[in-house]
Amino acid sequence: MSKRIEAKNLDIYYGSFKAVEDISMVIEPRSVTAFIGPSGCGKSTMLRSLNRMHEVIPGAYVEGELLLDGHDLYGPGVDPVNVRRQIGMVFQRPNPFPTMSIKENVLAGLKLNNRKMKGSEADDVAERALRGANLWEEVKNRLSLPGSGLSGGQQQRLCIARAIAMQPEVLLMDEPCSALDPISTLAIEDLIQELKDSYTIVIVTHNMQQAARVSDATAFFNIAGTGAPGKLIEMGPTDKIFSTPDQKSTEDYITGRFG
Amino acid sequence: MSSSTIAQTDSSLRPAKRRIGDTVFGGLSTLSGVSILVILAAVAIFLLAQALPALTTAPDVLAEQGYGEFWGWVLPFAFGTVWAAFLALLIAVPVSIGIALFISHYAPRRLAQSLGYLIDLLAAVPSVVYGLWGIFQLAPALQPAHLWLSKYLGWFPLFSGNPSGTGRTIFTTAFVLAVMILPIITSLCREVFLQTPRLHEEAALALGSTRWEMIRMAVFPFARAGIVSAIMLGLGRALGETMAVAMVLSGAGVIHFKVLTQQNPNSIAANIALNFPEAFGLRVNQLIASGLVLFIITLAVNILARWIVSRRAQYSGAN
Repeated sequence: MSKRIEAKNLDIYYGSFKAVEDISMVIEPRSVTAFIGPSGCGKSTMLRSLNRMHEVIPGAYVEGELLLDGHDLYGPGVDPVNVRRQIGMVFQRPNPFPTMSIKENVLAGLKLNNRKMKGSEADDVAERALRGANLWEEVKNRLSLPGSGLSGGQQQRLCIARAIAMQPEVLLMDEPCSALDPISTLAIEDLIQELKDSYTIVIVTHNMQQAARVSDATAFFNIAGTGAPGKLIEMGPTDKIFSTPDQKSTEDYITGRFG
Repeated sequence: MSSSTIAQTDSSLRPAKRRIGDTVFGGLSTLSGVSILVILAAVAIFLLAQALPALTTAPDVLAEQGYGEFWGWVLPFAFGTVWAAFLALLIAVPVSIGIALFISHYAPRRLAQSLGYLIDLLAAVPSVVYGLWGIFQLAPALQPAHLWLSKYLGWFPLFSGNPSGTGRTIFTTAFVLAVMILPIITSLCREVFLQTPRLHEEAALALGSTRWEMIRMAVFPFARAGIVSAIMLGLGRALGETMAVAMVLSGAGVIHFKVLTQQNPNSIAANIALNFPEAFGLRVNQLIASGLVLFIITLAVNILARWIVSRRAQYSGAN
């Protein structure tokens, strides 16, 4: 249920603007990979290109290859809709559907597949996903209430439950804790540790302690200047990146000298 | 106690001065708020006062003077008003929502903008022009459709009866009204659709929804209240529309749901416009009383709309 991602000389464009240049990296399954770097360095763009969400912006395209267990995600005839069904995503701010109940939110993705689910089966799936997101105990008595009534941290875990209910191969997280308080952040980080047993997880974060705490591998992105494309400077095991990075700029960023 | 010591030591905590800007602006906005109530009350009082003779005169006195009983007289017009407006909505709403969605979510940006301007332009056409268009273009053009519908779908109650030879039926009128209310519904829906939070759209897309599924999952639920308001505004215009209906429809005081026949239920507003110039005596009061009925129908429609919108406020996108 978890797959390896490999980027080969990947360039990402928004129209004529090259946002990210020449990325080659391997993201291992059943591990947490963190993308760090200053604002505008292309790490979110890179993350979104992994499930083709950056194509939401008109004129976005990529050059190079992006392989999910050897299959090119941008190959001819590949439907982005199917890519996104395999590669789930959690956003910066919790975004449960406001008109849906907690349970409906969890099942929203599955409903799209036109799968006719029996009531008991739907209950089971919802419970499993909510347990997987460490939310079950808190919401089991109010599954039919709107998801927007939960706290921010609970909403974010609801979004994680919604993503893992699809049983994706990969789970992308775009700064999932940046809108949350420290306690909720801790709950999400614990959850990430549990989820990596089953999923390939990629997380973008501005918080270097968080990257150091949760990730197995870290990729540092940087940008030469305004208008220049972002580049992958260095990628390696998190221990190494945070103790003895090869590049000077990585060390400067991690020790807080810039960014 | 502590606050009083601060007030003594800190000169910035003196009693607030009245600020001229606040006073003027507060006064102006209060005045505007009150004026709408006054205007509405004035209209209501005028209608009530003028309508009262028609409502209070005993039926036998009315019959003596040759006017007929009021409620029996006004009911067909009330029915015609609501029926024509309903048919117009039936045509206009799906088309409007379709156009609005095309502009907000499907069309390339440049095309979307020019299309938006065109739609707004439709709203600027005076209703007498729509009336002329209805008589001279649409009615003859739709007349064959009357024959066809009557011939092949005549078993369906709406299309039963003898089809009109002129095409000046409630069927044609509904189309004219639909074109007239299309711009307002489209503009409002477009605005609401464009305001759908990007977060919700992306949430749907990231779950692997197609564009249409995303629209059903994120856009429509968010826009629900806005769509209802847009429909109600369109309905308001259709209910009150006078000129186009008066020109296109060959109306009579009948009540039936058949849309193709020569005999069509007239609308209140069109009936007032057609008969007021020659009216005198109690007939004037009767016409104004029918205006009061229209006023009440419109009010009821708006209250209903508010209620629909507020019913599920808990689930709205606001929280």
